Amino acid sequence: MTKREIDEVSGVETTGHEWDGIKELNNPMPRWWLWTFYATIVWAAGYTIAYPAWPMISSATSGVLGFSSRGDLKAEMTAAETAKQDYAQTIAAKSADEILADDQLREFATAAGAAAFKVNCIQCHGSGAEGSAGFPNLNDDDWLWGGSADAIYHTIAHGIRFEGDPDTRYSEMPAFGDMLSKDEIRQVSSYVASLTGNSTDEQAAAAGKQVFADNCASCHGDDGTGDREFGAPNLADAIWLYGSSEAEIARQVRTPRHGMMPAWSARLGDTTVKELAVYVHSLGGGE
Amino acid sequence: MERSAVERLEAEAVNSAKSRQPLYAPRKKIFPKRASGSFRRFKWLVMVVTLGIYYLTPWLRWDRGPHAPDQAVLLDLANRRFYFFMIEIWPQEFFFVAGLLVMAGIGLFLITSTVGRAWCGYTCPQTVWVDLFLVIERAIEGDRNARIKLEAAPWSFAKLWKRITKHLVWILIAVATGGAWVFYFADAPSLLRDLFTLEAAPVAYITVALLTVTTYVFGGLMREQVCTYMCPWPRIQAAMLDENSLTVTYNDWRGEPRSRHAKKTAAAGESVGDCVDCNACVAVCPMGIDIRDGQQLECITCALCIDACDSVMDKLGKERGLISYATLNDYQANMAVATGNGTHAIDPAKVRAPSGKLSDRIAHFHLRKLFRPRTLAYFGVWSLVGIGLFYALLIRDRLEISVLHDRNPQFVTLSDGSIRNGYTVKLSNMIPEPRTVTLRVEGLRRATMTISGMTEHAPDSAEVELAPDRVKTLKVFVALPKYATAVEAMSFRFVVEDPDGGETAQGNAKFQVPGRR
Repeated sequence: MTKREIDEVSGVETTGHEWDGIKELNNPMPRWWLWTFYATIVWAAGYTIAYPAWPMISSATSGVLGFSSRGDLKAEMTAAETAKQDYAQTIAAKSADEILADDQLREFATAAGAAAFKVNCIQCHGSGAEGSAGFPNLNDDDWLWGGSADAIYHTIAHGIRFEGDPDTRYSEMPAFGDMLSKDEIRQVSSYVASLTGNSTDEQAAAAGKQVFADNCASCHGDDGTGDREFGAPNLADAIWLYGSSEAEIARQVRTPRHGMMPAWSARLGDTTVKELAVYVHSLGGGE
Repeated sequence: MERSAVERLEAEAVNSAKSRQPLYAPRKKIFPKRASGSFRRFKWLVMVVTLGIYYLTPWLRWDRGPHAPDQAVLLDLANRRFYFFMIEIWPQEFFFVAGLLVMAGIGLFLITSTVGRAWCGYTCPQTVWVDLFLVIERAIEGDRNARIKLEAAPWSFAKLWKRITKHLVWILIAVATGGAWVFYFADAPSLLRDLFTLEAAPVAYITVALLTVTTYVFGGLMREQVCTYMCPWPRIQAAMLDENSLTVTYNDWRGEPRSRHAKKTAAAGESVGDCVDCNACVAVCPMGIDIRDGQQLECITCALCIDACDSVMDKLGKERGLISYATLNDYQANMAVATGNGTHAIDPAKVRAPSGKLSDRIAHFHLRKLFRPRTLAYFGVWSLVGIGLFYALLIRDRLEISVLHDRNPQFVTLSDGSIRNGYTVKLSNMIPEPRTVTLRVEGLRRATMTISGMTEHAPDSAEVELAPDRVKTLKVFVALPKYATAVEAMSFRFVVEDPDGGETAQGNAKFQVPGRR
């Protein structure tokens, strides 16, 4: 035992520890502080009994209160589902156009549709619904099969050229590579490009007008503005799914490519499809 | 007057160095005696004012019209609004509250550097509630001596009855304290009704229960232990004080050597100071310390020892101020007088003129000592923050706009070749009145604006109805005809205007077009 040392100034015993000439005084802690410490130990013991704590071989003790964070999550998800129930039921009972007319429903459906879009649609249409070559941009005002909320709903629900759904949107453009001569194809491509002022060969374009009237106007219309009945694109606007150059148009005339989209109503349910339709309609091009 | 008229009290400081203390010391009970005097009266006043503000503020009403609550001070957490009389604060204006906290912090520096731990001694809730709880204790159990007797007495019906009554009243006060707190967060009258009909939210009951427990335990049971062992301020204040700060000081330059038998000692030819060692200062101390041991951590500078000592000095016919508010500078100057610049022990004769009055060489506190570069600097910063906040309050907007350009896609080509950009425009109507405002596109020639969900409006402006005290989010599309611009990112403005009040706000935006390949 070292000798007890008393600090001169305070008259308090020191602990004998010293750091650079500074000594620690040995003032007593209040006893209730010790009790508080014991209380925390008791609390900790109780906590490990009440809540999952002790690790066992394959899991941990589950605690007498039966708490689990998975259970918490489940309860919260159930509560959220219940909260959405009223909206979901109303949406199920109404058509997409009717939902659009109701401010509150539209707001809910747009938010829900945005969430569903991020999971199911962005793979082809892009996260901003901006599309890419061959996959339509859903922000613009050009619609192959119609841009009203109900038309969009039908497209999403039944898909495009989707064999499993009898109500699917269906059309097929013949491959004119076998039916028209190379010159005719060049001329009609030039003519189609001229509808938006992109033609490079005026003579060819003029000659192509007749070719167009004979072969294309039945679906694309006399003025080339397309027909939504057949999903025939408007050729007189600024939006091109497979490119706007004469070469790209010619390629599409020879061997047309066709977009295909699955039917979603069976996978996502009617309500979600309606919400998606309202969301897509809200992107700016809805009619 | 007879010196023997002064009663000598049996009291010893709890932190006295005389006794050997164990590693974990049991608490020594303190029985503060009732003090009377000017500081005690001032503390009563502070207690009434602070408790009055705390308990009554939620009940003040303030008419804000039909679209906002009529409670003068309300922290509406659910709707994220803070109401303070004519001022309403939105979450993005929370810097006002932060500014007030900065002012409170600097104010604490200012107060501490001038008048020491005045916060601790007068206005700290712990001090105020302990004071209140002591009032109850004295009313039921009597003053110091009666309480000491009661504590030592064996358990009897009378003792049990007094103890139960005291704790019951304490708990009632504690419930009222916790109860008053929750009224700041909801409409007070309806919450009070809900609390009694058991219809209030669980969080209200939990808050009341927690604050009841803390008030009862801290104010009634732990008292000085909170200040000494739990509060960080006693440690921080050491850095705030300087040699010109006022602290409660025992003026041993006139008090020592203390003597319980002054007459006898003086007759024996020994020098005697003014202190008659009556322990009145220790008996009244709510912290249970002896101020004559000098400045110490435990002292909250409540100045009750000054009151106690002054009344003793009055009885003895001596000047007041044996214990007084003094600065370290003054104290040391006076000490130098009393000890001949440290050459001998304190000689009380040296501080007195031949007439028996205190000598002219004795320094006394003067108000101008409060005005020092340090305190003025604190006051300057404090005022600047205050003026800045006040100015910000005067010029703040009650109509705000925020514009967020769509990031994906940044632009969309439409079928006629025109380019369209999308924006999320948020309009904040920050007054509790509905208004119809005009939203315009400015600085973008030939632009047409369409708003999702709104059909009829002019191509470059629209009337938008805003609900009272709400944010309205609009999806706004702006389109430029084909080839209208060659600049890839054109700057323009969304301007929102309240035609009635003339209030306007503008949000800057960019119009993006496809780059040339």
